[in-house]
Amino acid sequence: MKTEFLLQIKDLKASIEDKEIIKGLSLEVRPGEIHAIMGPNGSGKSTLANVLTGRDITSVTQGTITYEGKNLLDMSPEERAREGIFLSFQYPIEIPGVSMVNFMKTAINEQRKYRGLEPLSASEFLHHMREKKELVDIDSALTNRSVNEGFSGGEKKKNEIFQMAMLEPRLSILDETDSGLDIDALRIVANGVNKIRRPDTSVIVITHYQRLLDYIIPDHVHVLYEGRIVRSAGPELALELEKRGYDWLRKEADIAEESWTTDQK
Amino acid sequence: MDYRPEVISRLSETYSAGGNTFLKDSPEIFNRYRENAFRDFLKLGIPDRKNEAYKYTNLEKFLNHQYQEYFLPHPDDFREAEKFQCEVEDLDVWNMVLLNGFFPNGDEGLVMMPGGIWVGSMRAAVKQFPKLVEKHYNRYVTDGTDGLIPLNTALASDGLFIYAPKNTVYTKPIQIVNLLHADKDIFVQDRNLVVVEEGAQLSLLSCDHAMSQQRFLTNTITEIYVGNNAHFDIIRVQNQHNNSGKITHTFIHQERDSAATSSNISLHGGLVRNATWHYLGGENAEAHSYGLFLADKEQHIANFVQIDHVAPNCSSTQLFKGVLDNNSSGAFNGRIMVHKDAQKTNAFQANNNILLSDSARMDSKPQLEIYADDVKCSHGATVGQLDENALFYLRSRGIDVREARLMLMFAFAHEVVQNIKIEALRDRIDELVGRRLRGELSRCASCAIQCN
Repeated sequence: MKTEFLLQIKDLKASIEDKEIIKGLSLEVRPGEIHAIMGPNGSGKSTLANVLTGRDITSVTQGTITYEGKNLLDMSPEERAREGIFLSFQYPIEIPGVSMVNFMKTAINEQRKYRGLEPLSASEFLHHMREKKELVDIDSALTNRSVNEGFSGGEKKKNEIFQMAMLEPRLSILDETDSGLDIDALRIVANGVNKIRRPDTSVIVITHYQRLLDYIIPDHVHVLYEGRIVRSAGPELALELEKRGYDWLRKEADIAEESWTTDQK
Repeated sequence: MDYRPEVISRLSETYSAGGNTFLKDSPEIFNRYRENAFRDFLKLGIPDRKNEAYKYTNLEKFLNHQYQEYFLPHPDDFREAEKFQCEVEDLDVWNMVLLNGFFPNGDEGLVMMPGGIWVGSMRAAVKQFPKLVEKHYNRYVTDGTDGLIPLNTALASDGLFIYAPKNTVYTKPIQIVNLLHADKDIFVQDRNLVVVEEGAQLSLLSCDHAMSQQRFLTNTITEIYVGNNAHFDIIRVQNQHNNSGKITHTFIHQERDSAATSSNISLHGGLVRNATWHYLGGENAEAHSYGLFLADKEQHIANFVQIDHVAPNCSSTQLFKGVLDNNSSGAFNGRIMVHKDAQKTNAFQANNNILLSDSARMDSKPQLEIYADDVKCSHGATVGQLDENALFYLRSRGIDVREARLMLMFAFAHEVVQNIKIEALRDRIDELVGRRLRGELSRCASCAIQCN
């Protein structure tokens, strides 16, 4: 079934250890769009990223997620990746003993196998890697090491974007990729994301702050609060949040919640 | 019921009948120690769980069996053994084969390699270097609690001899392939001596294989002397079938400014127990002891290490890692002993294990005994599962869960393998470990038998 949406989330509820974190969330992302999801700490932003990538610490209790017309919730994390979903981790994992080269070669070839393509030859792979390294301006000293081992916070985030460039996903989810970055690192990371984008690829930018959105300009900004999207608008919403903080939305949301509860009675 | 009295009485018969077997075939220096050794064996008996060093290792399954206790191979057997093709054979090494603990043409089997290093059988060594053998034979055995050690001294009649005279250097590894091949179940006692004199440098790769399906038990002693400023590495790759037991006792005596590394890579074998002693008897010596074991099914793999810091300013490291699946079990017993004069000792020990199933079991027992007051010692032991966060990270990039698990296990194991200094050998062992983790090593590509 062909659909106009790349990703469609309908009335999603999800829990971690029986605690409901996402409490009825709907979101539609078309090919080529950039969506920013903002919100205070604990509003469910990272849980949403975990649900989308199939992390088993989260359990979906209600709702549907459709990706390219397919039921995303039926897929394992690796299948989702092979279908073109990529998560830039908020806290990238250090894996001593697994080299970046081996990691990326295995990942690319598993994805190619899934699409019925031959594995890349050693020279094709190295060529691909060289090209992407330049694109995101990452040092060979990093790509020659074990995955994230001994990387600084900024290097880890840059390495996420490098992996994104290598894997060429259709839907990228950037989970607080800007946190902990100084302004120069932020610019490099953001430029990397912009260079990787193609007209039909979409990005969900999860962030606490507005400043990343100066570089990656969103088409839509959503505010997540207590597991629900409480406001959606254009990029101007991010600027307003930067000026006014989250409190005014919080009050609005709480009032809405109150009246909703009253209505139920 | 205690199985041991019956086994001991059988061994006593073997010993008494020695006049027609090992006494006749052995060098005089071996015979000289036998009587006392057998008396010690009778006194100490077969170690059981009351012995601290065997607390988690039960020998019964392999000791309580009627083996043919003494076995001198026939020349035809050696011809059969030559058919063996080693998995690491395309390495650039000097290669020799021992069959059931014996050298082919034992009495003549001693050759000088390029660089002036001698390699061959103990029997031949006694003829050619009687004083040297006399000076070192049975001098470095320090343990007084394990009956299997004097049992070897009482019954052994051949083994490997390596002699690196002063300042000789051989940069390729010497490879010894220990083959087991018989039409009966046998109990092998081989006795090895390595003498690395002042300033000499040598690496020894020792590979264990069982070529026939019989039940085997091997009880090995290797004594190693590493002189002033000498360098010596021993790497064992143990890949016998799971119906065989392998018990090794390795005593490494180190003089000042020497460096010695012992690595035990245990891939297959029903029961494997490696005991390694590094005796740091001269200042500024360093000892490294590494172990990696990959166990599944009903395997039991135990490592015992003792580092004796006797002289000051010495350093030692121990790194032992295990991956255990199914009903397998493992034990680590690592002891750092800092004697009273060993000031400025630097000693480090780590034992990390991954359990892949609920029924696998690992017992880890680090021990520190310090009698000096200015030392740096650390130890740590962990038993855990594969890191779920790392597993998810790999999967989130499209890597299959099975492949992701293998990558993590391989990385875990590589931390031990990376310490092997010779690159070609390191790569080869990495490859063997990878195949073992994939379950593809149950049959070596070039081996005649299929292991279970």
